[in-house]
Amino acid sequence: MIKPYGDTLDDGKVQLSFTLPVPWSEAADEAARQLVVKMGFSDVQVAEGRAIAENFSFFVVYASTSQAIDFESLAVPSVKTHKMSMEEIDALLEERVGRKVRVAGACIGTDAHTVGIDAILNMKGYHGDYGLERYKMLETFNLGSQVSVEDLVRFTKEKKIDALLASQVVTQKGSDVKNFTALVELLEAEGLRDNVILCCGGPRMTSLLATELGYDAGFGRGTLPSEVAAFIATRMPHRAG
Amino acid sequence: MQIQIDRKAVARCRKSAAAIADPVQAFVERHSTVSVERSILRLLGVDGVGPGDTPAPNIIVESLDASELAAGVAIPFGRALVETGLAPRELGERLANGGAELAQFSGVSKEAARSAIAASARDAFDRVLARHGERNDLMHQMPQLPAPLLYMIVASGNIYEDRTAAVAAAEAGAQIIAVIRSTGQSLLDFVPYGPTTEGFGGTYATQANFAIVREALDEASRRLGRYVMLTNYASGLCMPEIAAMAALERLDMLLNDSMYGILFRDINMKRTFVDQHFSRKLNAASGIIINTGEDNYLTTADAVEQAPAVLASQFINEELAHRAGMPDRQIGLGDAYEIDPNLEDGFLLEVAQAQLARQIFPDAPLKYMPPTKHMTGDIFKGHLIDAMFNLTSVMTGQTIHLCGILTEAIHTPFLGDRALSLDNARYIMRTARHFGDEVIPKPGGRIERRAADVLGECEVLLERVAARGLMASIEAGVFADVKRSPDGGRGFDGVFERAPGYWNPFEELLS
Repeated sequence: MIKPYGDTLDDGKVQLSFTLPVPWSEAADEAARQLVVKMGFSDVQVAEGRAIAENFSFFVVYASTSQAIDFESLAVPSVKTHKMSMEEIDALLEERVGRKVRVAGACIGTDAHTVGIDAILNMKGYHGDYGLERYKMLETFNLGSQVSVEDLVRFTKEKKIDALLASQVVTQKGSDVKNFTALVELLEAEGLRDNVILCCGGPRMTSLLATELGYDAGFGRGTLPSEVAAFIATRMPHRAG
Repeated sequence: MQIQIDRKAVARCRKSAAAIADPVQAFVERHSTVSVERSILRLLGVDGVGPGDTPAPNIIVESLDASELAAGVAIPFGRALVETGLAPRELGERLANGGAELAQFSGVSKEAARSAIAASARDAFDRVLARHGERNDLMHQMPQLPAPLLYMIVASGNIYEDRTAAVAAAEAGAQIIAVIRSTGQSLLDFVPYGPTTEGFGGTYATQANFAIVREALDEASRRLGRYVMLTNYASGLCMPEIAAMAALERLDMLLNDSMYGILFRDINMKRTFVDQHFSRKLNAASGIIINTGEDNYLTTADAVEQAPAVLASQFINEELAHRAGMPDRQIGLGDAYEIDPNLEDGFLLEVAQAQLARQIFPDAPLKYMPPTKHMTGDIFKGHLIDAMFNLTSVMTGQTIHLCGILTEAIHTPFLGDRALSLDNARYIMRTARHFGDEVIPKPGGRIERRAADVLGECEVLLERVAARGLMASIEAGVFADVKRSPDGGRGFDGVFERAPGYWNPFEELLS
């Protein structure tokens, strides 16, 4: 069992900060303290309480939790394949698949922020790691921004896409999850789900969330193009015969 | 702070920028767009929506066939004004709701139509100038705090929540409030109408929304004794219309880049060049400071490599803004603090770039954008990177300072995040206020050498673009590694060649 570590094993120390919609006063400090007590914390210390606007106060609070987690019993999937270079990935694809693998990427829904998908697909890549367009054994289609789920599925069908990368940068009010879900559902309805390696990406994406959404992999902030390429390469079925 | 800069190289860059702008300007003068025509109607007073919430200006412009539109919307609309005797707004509503059609007024003489429009346009222009004068008075009565002006973003999707956040940010020290637009609005070929309470990653730019936040900030300004500026975004398919709305609602700044839409939103380049020109003419008359979008070069590619492209874009934006009649004091050229924090001496490179821009564009209110690309879930480190950005800004004398937020990588800022961000900026700028005046970078040292390299590469880049032409260069992927064709992208079908006798009543007034 594990608990947060402040300076002593199992002291359960956490830091919290939040805003309350009241002008600052000593009563506001007390409200902050009681709120954290109500959250189930003990040993609550309001380290800082102050006005940040006429009708808002900001607090920094330290407290202890009695909760603990059985770490040994956790099972969390991880998509991290071992690091491979572009050359290794191309060689693997040549040997395993023997043809160019077709990869399509898009920012789905109303999202116009192509920063993420461009970093993965554009020749230039990200952080010194070349984008998928540069791979000999990948044929990439960057469909850009604001691609409807319907259009993406139609494209997948027409072009016999092997791997699909859906990107969502805007996450406000869960719009990303809604769009990601709509894509999986439509692929399933069209009977295409098992034909594609389905990946999602965005600043807050995690493997766990991706799995819950029904994707094969999810890539979060800081993902390098070669990580995505390696995942696709290792998931591509071996060629027949 | 001063660094040694090769002034002759700067002059050569400006010469190249002029050579780049010449053919663009020639193209602009022979063309108009549906958005320019709609902005003429908006300036005249047309507003509101027709069936299906289609804005009246769209319905009216779309009712003209291509040959009619080629002469401009002004004359046909003027004919209807003469015949009906209605005010532009009422006429617009009637046309939008099918109560009349422009075609039925073709009997009215062109001269009568022209003089009716000229009178209305003069009134509209006076309204724009009155708003400009009002801002000057308010800023005189309630002076701003010294630059860098702290610029804070609100983006809840709901204009009423934005209003609350805007006032709170002003109270916490913000001097400029920007209401971020809903994602994708730049790709809409119309401007939504009325107050809005839903959006993605931001709130729709509508004239009603502009007015709501303006009123709240005017009230906050009076209470705080300093004028709080309001910013929105013009770049996109409706640049001129948003410029018109912003002029009427006394916005103080607008994002308006000559190439952003082309490169980063796949908006047709011809459309963008024509639209940016007319919108900037309007911005010039309304005293609105434009903010250009050079930060985008840095967020999509390596910031060290892209530095010359940023400077080149600044020269091009400056030249095109001058041609729209904008004085330097209204040209907020952009830059950003986006170098990888793991790079040794990255801070020195940032100082070099910021100082270079400061000295090359001494009278421009430079807009400095915060780190975004290398911000992570580690908010503590993020807060430190923001502090280095704040230091760079105050020591190099940047003007418009977009405050970096520690939760940049996590969510649209919480109210408390904004307050922490403002605290950070105010602390650094107070404690280091005159630091830049006290230090002289080592002659021939790392900072000067970097600035010289960037300027040198920029000069080569501008020469290459001038030789090839701006449109052909964009087509070849010279900027941001993005290739766009002259007739591709969104909004190309809304560009048209002016027929002989084409008339935009505001062009003369604005010249």
